[in-house]
Amino acid sequence: MISTIVPDPRAHSQYFVELEAVTLSYGRNDKKIHALGLTNLRLMQGEFVALVGPSGCGKSTILKLVTGLINASSGYVYVAGRQVGAEPVRVGMAFQNPTMLPWLTVRENVMLPLKIVPPFRQEYRAKHKGEFRDRADALLKEVGLANFGDKRPWQLSGGMLQRASLCRALVHEPQLLMLDEPFGALDQFTREELWAIMQELWTKLRPTVLLVTHDLKEAGYLANRICVMRARPGQIIDDAEVPFPRPRTIEMSYTPAFVALTQRLRELIVTARPAKDAA
Amino acid sequence: MNPQLRRHIASGLFILGFFLLWEALCWLFNVSDIVLPKPSQIIITLIARMPALWPHVLQTLYTTLIGFGLGIAIGIALGVLIGSSRLAYDVAYPLLIGFATIPKVAVVPIFVLWFGAGGVPAVLTAMIMCIFPIVVNVATGLATTEPELEDVMRALHASKLEILWNVGLPRTMPYFFASLKVSVTLAFVGTVISETVASNRGIGNVMMIASSNFDVPLVFAGLLILAVLGVALYAVFSVIETNITGWAHRKDEMAIG
Repeated sequence: MISTIVPDPRAHSQYFVELEAVTLSYGRNDKKIHALGLTNLRLMQGEFVALVGPSGCGKSTILKLVTGLINASSGYVYVAGRQVGAEPVRVGMAFQNPTMLPWLTVRENVMLPLKIVPPFRQEYRAKHKGEFRDRADALLKEVGLANFGDKRPWQLSGGMLQRASLCRALVHEPQLLMLDEPFGALDQFTREELWAIMQELWTKLRPTVLLVTHDLKEAGYLANRICVMRARPGQIIDDAEVPFPRPRTIEMSYTPAFVALTQRLRELIVTARPAKDAA
Repeated sequence: MNPQLRRHIASGLFILGFFLLWEALCWLFNVSDIVLPKPSQIIITLIARMPALWPHVLQTLYTTLIGFGLGIAIGIALGVLIGSSRLAYDVAYPLLIGFATIPKVAVVPIFVLWFGAGGVPAVLTAMIMCIFPIVVNVATGLATTEPELEDVMRALHASKLEILWNVGLPRTMPYFFASLKVSVTLAFVGTVISETVASNRGIGNVMMIASSNFDVPLVFAGLLILAVLGVALYAVFSVIETNITGWAHRKDEMAIG
């Protein structure tokens, strides 16, 4: 699999994201930790894929590999037909913590990617009080934070901050959206509300999304495809389409078909746990 | 009455009370002027000698501000260097602490040797007095920046410089201003030390001459001027601090549930 020849980029153009025989290990020799075993994963453009699995199975590692925050030990990661990092792809990211910068207003936080990411950065000075500001405000309005642009992050509740964090992940119209358990720290009602908002935004903007989550219901509600991972070494053991039509609703999550799906996922994850953890 | 005004009044009364007590004790125990002049006498001396003192006040203020400005520039540069690299932190810190431990009065003669008596040693002494707190605070602020905040920037493929500019430095501002308030008073100490040892101008020099003439009220007048200047500059930086780093001093009553 390992080849010194740089593969032809066109050969990979049918997928937007492609992990090909990727592994990742830390440390060296006898203390080597295999964070990610041989992994293949393909995402079509505009797809919404959820990664579920026990904690420590390398779900977040895959996100970091795809964004280029870390490099694979072996194998290839392609984004938009190019090896990751070769050509900057616009990436939006939302984390479990909203990670708003406390010295900026909520609107300035949302506008942050426009300040950093090309081609917007070149126009930031000229447009940050006009077009860009309106764009941030439009997004904030969409997630129900219309009048909160001028507030400081600490003046908002956790759910509100997470909405703002979604706005920040989307403001620069990313081709690729990385969601690292962004709803994990919220209460059930806020979470369900944000699922609906997320679905709406995705339907409208159609970025390619990779969602890491512990919540099987969340995966079923949002994703087109769910990949189940097991831990040590992290590996994808199941990859299944989610057949439900959109727009999906919370009511749908109580139908037998949906319950059957989450139960199947649950069993996969439980049985995939390493033996020493099962006791 | 609002609580802030009440605090200001209390603080003013406390200062007034301090000087009144001083005055009263001097009268009560009949303390000689050579030992401890009365506050009233210090004020009288101050007013009477003000025309002669004024150029020295300006000289000291000017020297201090230049030294302080240089100290800020070098302090930020070193702080950023040390705070943004683990290696630089480990390598440079022992040396820095070594320098900080040296009594500054000991380096004045060296500066005089290099640059001659006068303004330059005073500026340099003020500068080295105020560098250390700035370096330590800027480095601490940068080194303790939450990695999550940096991840936000890294996911956007921001450069190291952009991360420093948009996350590291704003995050460090509260630390930086805390150090400025300490440093500005230290800069005065530095200037006066140097003026006392090797200069023919400035408040330090005036106090030196006055004490050798047993003109103790004038010495105390000099001290009073220094104290007032120090408080004034401290207040200036306090105001700038509240305006720039207001976000770090959040008020709970403004939060939404």
